[in-house]
Amino acid sequence: MADTHALQAHDAHGDHAHDGHGHVTGWRRYLFSTNHKDIGTLYLVFALISGVIGTLLSGVMRLELQEPGIQIFHGLASMVYGYGAGDAAAALDAGKHMFNVFTTAHALIMIFFMVMPALIGGFANWFVPLMIGAPDMAFPRMNNISFWLLPPALLLLIMSMFFEGPAGAHGVGGGWTIYPPFSTSGQPGPAMDFAILSLHIAGASSILGAINFITTIFNMRAPGMTLHKMPLFPWSVLVTAFLLLLSLPVLAGGITMLLTDRNFGTTFFDPAGGGDPVLFQHLFWFFGHPEVYILILPGFGIVSHIVSTFSRKPIFGYMAMVYAMIAIGGVGFIVWAHHMYTTGLSLNVQRYFVAATMVIAVPTGVKIFSWIATMWGGSITFRTPMLWALGFIFLFTVGGVTGVILANAGADRALHDTYYVVAHFHYVLSLGAVFAIFAAWYYWYPKMFGIMYNETLANIHFWITFVGVNLVFFPQHFLGLSGMPRRYIDYPDAYAFWNRVSSVGYYITFAGLLLFLFILFLSARQRVKAPANPWGEGATTLEWTLSSPPPFHQFETLPRIDAKSDH
Amino acid sequence: MAGKFLRSIGVALSAAFAPTLARAAEGQPSPGEIGMQDSVTPIADSIHVFHNGILLWTAVLISLLVLALLIVVIVRFNARSNPTPAKFSHNTLVEVIWTALPVIILVVIAIPSFAVLTDQMTMPDGQRKYLGSNIFSFGSVDVPAPAVTVKVTGSQWYWTYEYVDQQKSFDSTLLDEATRLAQTPVQPRLLAVDNMLVVPVNATVRVQVTAADVIHAFAVPSFGIITDAVPGRLNETWFNSRKEGVFYGQCRELCGKDHAFMPIAVRVVSAEAYAAWMAAFQAGSIADANATLPPLSAAPAA
Repeated sequence: MADTHALQAHDAHGDHAHDGHGHVTGWRRYLFSTNHKDIGTLYLVFALISGVIGTLLSGVMRLELQEPGIQIFHGLASMVYGYGAGDAAAALDAGKHMFNVFTTAHALIMIFFMVMPALIGGFANWFVPLMIGAPDMAFPRMNNISFWLLPPALLLLIMSMFFEGPAGAHGVGGGWTIYPPFSTSGQPGPAMDFAILSLHIAGASSILGAINFITTIFNMRAPGMTLHKMPLFPWSVLVTAFLLLLSLPVLAGGITMLLTDRNFGTTFFDPAGGGDPVLFQHLFWFFGHPEVYILILPGFGIVSHIVSTFSRKPIFGYMAMVYAMIAIGGVGFIVWAHHMYTTGLSLNVQRYFVAATMVIAVPTGVKIFSWIATMWGGSITFRTPMLWALGFIFLFTVGGVTGVILANAGADRALHDTYYVVAHFHYVLSLGAVFAIFAAWYYWYPKMFGIMYNETLANIHFWITFVGVNLVFFPQHFLGLSGMPRRYIDYPDAYAFWNRVSSVGYYITFAGLLLFLFILFLSARQRVKAPANPWGEGATTLEWTLSSPPPFHQFETLPRIDAKSDH
Repeated sequence: MAGKFLRSIGVALSAAFAPTLARAAEGQPSPGEIGMQDSVTPIADSIHVFHNGILLWTAVLISLLVLALLIVVIVRFNARSNPTPAKFSHNTLVEVIWTALPVIILVVIAIPSFAVLTDQMTMPDGQRKYLGSNIFSFGSVDVPAPAVTVKVTGSQWYWTYEYVDQQKSFDSTLLDEATRLAQTPVQPRLLAVDNMLVVPVNATVRVQVTAADVIHAFAVPSFGIITDAVPGRLNETWFNSRKEGVFYGQCRELCGKDHAFMPIAVRVVSAEAYAAWMAAFQAGSIADANATLPPLSAAPAA
């Protein structure tokens, strides 16, 4: 049924494609693009730019935290916002707030403008149609607006850093969680409104993208590709798209209430008018927890393909992998208040959220063990993408087990809002999601651009990053255990040692980023042509049947999936 | 050249471990510390045993298991050692095991977890027994019913402590640097305050927490407590310190530019000293009351 629809759609599209030979070039090609591959590339470039901005923001923070005391931010604040030499106290205050602005911007940029655009907008746009044998996305024009909403959203967020936040200071310093009342009465200036609008627009972009992916995956699979034959990356994107579709409207509602509390006299979150600040936290985390799975699920799909490709072995336990992702997505919606154990939840509520949260460890464990079982008995070659995937599996495990520790409200009492939490979520995101992004980048780079990269340098990039990020984040577990609160510009001197180690780790990681940019430059310069399938017989998904780069419009004759063939 | 390089690595490594040995007094973080601050309450005892005894080991062992499996896979199943890949992609028994085993591990964790949590969330009534260090018991530690009730109000950027029964209150702000450095012993930077919260030793203190402007969080690691200070809400927690001394904490919910500069310091004193302090406070000012306290012991070094 779905396949008949798909066939008709493709016929119509095929005609279109023939008209489109000699398609538009130059800036029009990208601004007006309806081609999933061009839009995917735009997303990837956008994510790269945001990633560099986000990394620089965290770099200034690590620079500041390298030593006890305040060394950087008061000077930075006077430079950026213009405080005179005689205004040291004002510059210091502005600097303290600016640190909070940086933590906020770092988080929002990395989440909404780096990881999401890279994994969902970039790789999913590029490879979901290719892997399911579709000529393009279901709604190509909607795909265009999904992307082009993002640059203005990022611009609004960056602009917010230059408008008044709290009286006399600039930017949003409430953390990415923007809890009221600090985000309402605490920061009355327009900066917060800019940030809220930015989130609205980025959210709208993601919702449109999610609708597009769900429709594409349900209706445009090649004949013979049943859902249970579909590769795991499209599966991961399908689950992610549902999480986006169901969670983002709740965030939109929450921040709209924030906006009306700020500007139109409502008191949803203001106890003086009968509201409750904790209500916002429930709304935020009902979105926020699925959001962290949104960031990691596409990575699960990517890692599965890479592990299978370089082990030259089919994915172990395909069905368990699919249903583990669905389970993680589903349970992800009923665990949100584990971010709120200290807000005054009753004992029974905390008990429920402890139990529900620990359940997530089970499907996650299934995935980790299935990846290892995929490699077991395989014939593994350690090409660059495989290194990143192996790094992902181990580091994600470390982030996962600290997650189980934090799930216990009784133990969380010692760790809540300390650097332990920072270490935990960077292990699953900065070392999990980001490693998945680099794995995918090195895996699909030859396919996307038709050229190779220098693998030796790319392997060095892996090792530098691996050492660097572990040095940044592992000591933060120690800081958290001994009680260092997060979002602090300055800390008691006892915390100096591990903070210095962490900062050194950042510089190593940053060197890795520079090397990455150099690898890109070198690859573009040398233009070594990539074969259609550089990875050998293990790469079995449909994208490897196409040329590198694939034709502007692919699958004008739909591939037919053999009933007996493997996924 | 190489020898010099190796020696410098050796120096760096011993420098890395040296600070972990230099322990500061309890109630505050120690330089280079890799674990939790010392515990002085039954609640922090149970957290320590639960974390250090069960959670940490589970986490480390699972991570090492995954690491070991990865190493085995890398060594045994690389293209050189194993040129022809196997073709299997299912094994029901293994899949059942790695689904069921984590469930069992989680249940084993959940039992003490719920007990530790229940202790934290239950105000002592003098009858109920608490776990303390023995988290697999049904409770063996007696804790008296609350003797003192303190209402803690977080504001940008200081704390207000109100002794509810005596209806006396005072503000507690970060001690300015000049005063801090002039005092002996010198208290730790960013933790010292002008007026400490004073409570009696071995007595249960009920802490009611709220906020005046934005959300803050009242946290003292050595007591194993953290409770958000939310405007319009009155959250409750409690502690019962078995030791005298000064126990520091910090605000743990982002509250603005001076979030890092509104520490908490709790001075636990003998019942007699507390009674004298309270009598002086009721008769006069907080400064009068603090004058009755014995000087800080020389233990903390900055």
